[in-house]
Amino acid sequence: MEKIRALIVDDSSVMRKIVERSLRQAGIELEKVVEASNGREALEALRENRVDLILCDINMPIMDGLEFVQQMHTVENAKGVPVVMITTEGSESHVVQALSSGARGYIRKPFTPDQVKEHVLPLLRKKL
Amino acid sequence: MSVDTSAAVRSQEENWQPVLELAVEEVFEIMVGCRVKPAPISEPKPNGEFTAMIGLAGSLCGVLTVGCDAQTARQLAKGMLGDIVSSKDQVSDALGEICNMVAGNFKNKLTGMDGRCLLSVPTVISGGEYQFRSLAAGNVLDVCVLFEGAPVAVRLELHG
Repeated sequence: MEKIRALIVDDSSVMRKIVERSLRQAGIELEKVVEASNGREALEALRENRVDLILCDINMPIMDGLEFVQQMHTVENAKGVPVVMITTEGSESHVVQALSSGARGYIRKPFTPDQVKEHVLPLLRKKL
Repeated sequence: MSVDTSAAVRSQEENWQPVLELAVEEVFEIMVGCRVKPAPISEPKPNGEFTAMIGLAGSLCGVLTVGCDAQTARQLAKGMLGDIVSSKDQVSDALGEICNMVAGNFKNKLTGMDGRCLLSVPTVISGGEYQFRSLAAGNVLDVCVLFEGAPVAVRLELHG
């Protein structure tokens, strides 16, 4: 199985670590994990790093996850990279907004490693 | 029922207490790895050395807080992260995330909110010498659970 590079975006460092652990528990081997605490940092991280997967919160200061998803396509490194939102915002309108902005998956907090596996693995099939 | 009805009134008419209890239980079980049940009313309140709070605005207005003592906050962080908890910042961060997830999980269980209730970014206060007073002046829902024998108090104060 090929190792992947992931960008994890969440204003909580605890949540970033939990998401990383969940990816490993899902059997995904990580070559590199890049972290960002808001959408603006994530855009900067994407300009400097090539990644295979992005996991992103919605409620964040400075730039939220929905704005990040809308803007990330302006970054060359982000083209074709799947984004999965991981958030407490579980309303249908948020899901629709995220998916119509370009996100490929949506996981509600609290989440289990199995839910991460279920949403992320199909997006990585080509890579793995 | 129309969502224009005051959330404080709806919380009483629709009995949101068990909804909040379930939201708390799920967050503890899934993210902290511990099954908890609401403690009896007679359980002493925690001294609140750590209090996380999050604001709700829109169709549901108010503030949700999660309070516990310092040792319990540290154990909660360990439950989420394992043994890699090293700093007070991580403890605050973990309690803030618990508060965030309880609030989100709670509002996601209510019908008719659909995106019209927004959550703020959580804030965490630490230290014992403070008093918390919300100006919400509406209905209050309290849930106290025991985590490793120590009380963790969850309070939702709704605007009237």
